[in-house]
Amino acid sequence: MSLRTPLAEARGLGSAKEGTGHWVAQRLTALALIPLTLWFVVSVLMLMHSNYVSVVNWIHAPWNAILLVLTVLTVYWHAYLGLQVIVEDYVHVGWLKVSVIVALRFIAVILAAIGIFVVLRVAFGG
Amino acid sequence: MTTDTRPLSPHVGIYRWQITMTMSILHRATGLWLAVGTLALIYWLIAATSGPDTYVTAHWFFGTWIGQILMWLWTFSLFYHLCNGVRHLFWDAGMGFKIRTFYITGYSVWAIAIILTALAIIFAYTAGGHP
Repeated sequence: MSLRTPLAEARGLGSAKEGTGHWVAQRLTALALIPLTLWFVVSVLMLMHSNYVSVVNWIHAPWNAILLVLTVLTVYWHAYLGLQVIVEDYVHVGWLKVSVIVALRFIAVILAAIGIFVVLRVAFGG
Repeated sequence: MTTDTRPLSPHVGIYRWQITMTMSILHRATGLWLAVGTLALIYWLIAATSGPDTYVTAHWFFGTWIGQILMWLWTFSLFYHLCNGVRHLFWDAGMGFKIRTFYITGYSVWAIAIILTALAIIFAYTAGGHP
């Protein structure tokens, strides 16, 4: 047990000692999502009346596959960072907060993996 | 927790309504709603890549009235979160902190988000990607 006061412990470090990385990652993923989401919305509008073959051909095209993978990855990264902050702000029971944040992280990684896998499966012609 | 009994500083309850507070909480609400929307994105990707039958089912679902309403709510949420997100990025860069600027950029976010959503709806129900 430390004999230093809580203020002395916190001084110069900040109470959390972390968070800058989270803040920067949230902004950088936001920046990346500006062109990615605009491209995605326009693509969906162009594809919305297409049949199965047209959509598969569209996903099969290299640039579309690459941008789809980047979109899925960045969307889930950004969504996780945002949801984490919401939970930290509104859930004040320690074990529940940690459990929900861990669950959200697992769900985000699993859904991102599924999204990237199905795109690559079509892109590589499987 | 011991902190529960401490006196609290005046919070949102003492302020009159301002558009800025609504826009702030809507940014979070649309973000949450868009996170739910990623489930539709993943469902669509799985359906579109699994075969003609699953694709037709997804195509049917997004064509139902409930599917359409969900899509347009997600579209507006996306444009709102996108525009207000750009507003946030300017704040992060240290710009746009004058009271007047808050209001101008705030109403601009509403205007641009509504116009982009309207354009998307008009495009979807007229020319919209018909082969």
